[in-house]
Amino acid sequence: MNPPASPRMPSPIELVCPAGGLPALKAAVEHGADCVYAGFKDETNARNFSGLNFDDASLREGIRHAQAHGVKVLLALNTYPTAANWPRWTRALDRAAEFGADAVILADAGLMEYARRTHPQLRLHLSVQASATSYEAINFYREHFGVQRAVLPRVLSLAQVAEVIANTPVEIEVFGFGGLCVMVEGRCALSAYVTGDGPNCTGACSPGKAVRWEQTAQGLETRLAGVLVDRYAHGERSGYPTLCKGRYEVRGETYYAIEEPASLNTLELLPELVRIGVRAIKIEGRQRSPAYVAQVTKVWREAIDRAVRDPDSFAVSPGWMAQLNKVSEGQSHTLGAYFRPWK
Amino acid sequence: MKLSLGPLLYYWPRERTLAFYREVEAMPLDIVYLGETVCSRRHELRAADWIDIAGRMVAAGKQAVLCTQALIESESDLKALRKLVGTRGYALEANDMGAVRLLSHREPPAGFVAGPGLNLYNEHTLALLGRLGATRWVAPCEMDRDMLEALIRAAPAGMQTEVLAYGRLPLAWSARCFTARHFNLQKDTCEFRCIEFAGGLEVSTREAQSFLVLNGIQTQSHKVHSLLGDLRAVREAGVAVVRISPQVSGTGQIVALFRAAIEGTLDPDEAASRLRAHMPAEPCNGFWHRRPGLELVASQAGA
Repeated sequence: MNPPASPRMPSPIELVCPAGGLPALKAAVEHGADCVYAGFKDETNARNFSGLNFDDASLREGIRHAQAHGVKVLLALNTYPTAANWPRWTRALDRAAEFGADAVILADAGLMEYARRTHPQLRLHLSVQASATSYEAINFYREHFGVQRAVLPRVLSLAQVAEVIANTPVEIEVFGFGGLCVMVEGRCALSAYVTGDGPNCTGACSPGKAVRWEQTAQGLETRLAGVLVDRYAHGERSGYPTLCKGRYEVRGETYYAIEEPASLNTLELLPELVRIGVRAIKIEGRQRSPAYVAQVTKVWREAIDRAVRDPDSFAVSPGWMAQLNKVSEGQSHTLGAYFRPWK
Repeated sequence: MKLSLGPLLYYWPRERTLAFYREVEAMPLDIVYLGETVCSRRHELRAADWIDIAGRMVAAGKQAVLCTQALIESESDLKALRKLVGTRGYALEANDMGAVRLLSHREPPAGFVAGPGLNLYNEHTLALLGRLGATRWVAPCEMDRDMLEALIRAAPAGMQTEVLAYGRLPLAWSARCFTARHFNLQKDTCEFRCIEFAGGLEVSTREAQSFLVLNGIQTQSHKVHSLLGDLRAVREAGVAVVRISPQVSGTGQIVALFRAAIEGTLDPDEAASRLRAHMPAEPCNGFWHRRPGLELVASQAGA
């Protein structure tokens, strides 16, 4: 059912796709990912949701499958271990190294130090959860741990991304598509404040177990740990109650006070991202279905190849947008912080 | 246990800010953190003004600490950061790893405070910061008592631990300015509307539950985090410094109540109950008790 193993040519700008499980990993491999990123089934990664992620056997199988097709596996261990549970993270890191992951994506400096000492050959990527928004911060991790790639938080404009790239030897990976964190990653305790679980320590934002949907006389209400995140009129399209994407009241006005439920989509920026030297583009969505991964990977592979081949005449194909629209959150798109007025 | 005042997180007119810090000079505080940490566009006070205030705090017998900006985005942010790092004579609080890098390269080496935004959750990372020159660190606001106790036990010798003990929780930072967004303005042309809201913009849910406060690019809790009732446990955990975050009014009374509770001249229960009159919203302390941050858990010494 899988295509025969045929390592593809290395791309100057890698497409990094989400794998919430083995079927999604295989979908990404089949449709043209250069790398997939994955995590274990626990709080050692920032998508700690039930039914998601890999146990040891499925991760070994995933790495074998991906590498046989010339695709790299990046393992996310991008939450913050505490004094009490530190060994869980180091064991996860040891397993990632043992199973042959191509790199680990880390946020905690102490864990990077451990990785450097214990597995000096293991390639280190700086997670978006490390909140490194400047080249000074990125170079800090380079100096101390030899980090080879950094994933930028979704806060910089395109010109600022170019500035970072010009001032660091570290490869830069940016988010290209998917759910949009409006807050600086690694610096958001909204979910922890409301539910007790947050991205930093337990790897979950607005966790499913805290979600309630309730049909009321005033409409469909969505709550997170009792807090009313939104209320939808009859016929209105409802969304998952992520705290930053609710409608709230400020000075008598009810609106999306923080951010609309839109997806980040930077397809139109691709030639510019290639030009400024972005090394990899990350697709968000480990919590999404294999069908989503297949669809998005396919479109982005085609787009990246075209942008690399002929950046000057690159244009976003309406067909790509139509396919991405089918799988987007909120069915609308934004350029996020890359487009300065968004800020 | 020492008592500190955190940086002023809101944007007030120049005269109001200066008047506030004239009051602070007389408050029973050991340490005062200064500077604009939220937004680089705010300019009522310049770097030189903050250094001037720092000098007056030292003259009033306090330690003054200048804070770096939490979110660094542009080259001009970095310029301001480098200038601050080059400032001699005052301790600095680092609020991102870029600041840590610059501070650790200073010659001659000088100690610094590892700020609350650095995500220090374990002894290995804390030890690293210690080797780079941090002599005090501020716990992330999410940290609970058990996590903190374990960490303090394993912390490098001489490393002081500070916790936020009072104030609206600084829950999140963003590239986007939510105050500008409220007025349909872009951040680059924001008209500095946040100066009109001394305590930020209050956010309620659609059933009128008070929920958050928007302070420019920062999102705060509407409830006010307070560990006054938990002060004995805070002390027992090994905390060296408790921090109070400035609020719109009544900061002096709050400082006085914490001071009295620390010195033992006022029972913590009594202090906590008197505190309520000066709080702008309901209290919470959930994070300390390993609960959602917005909860209020009755402590041994009362809430």
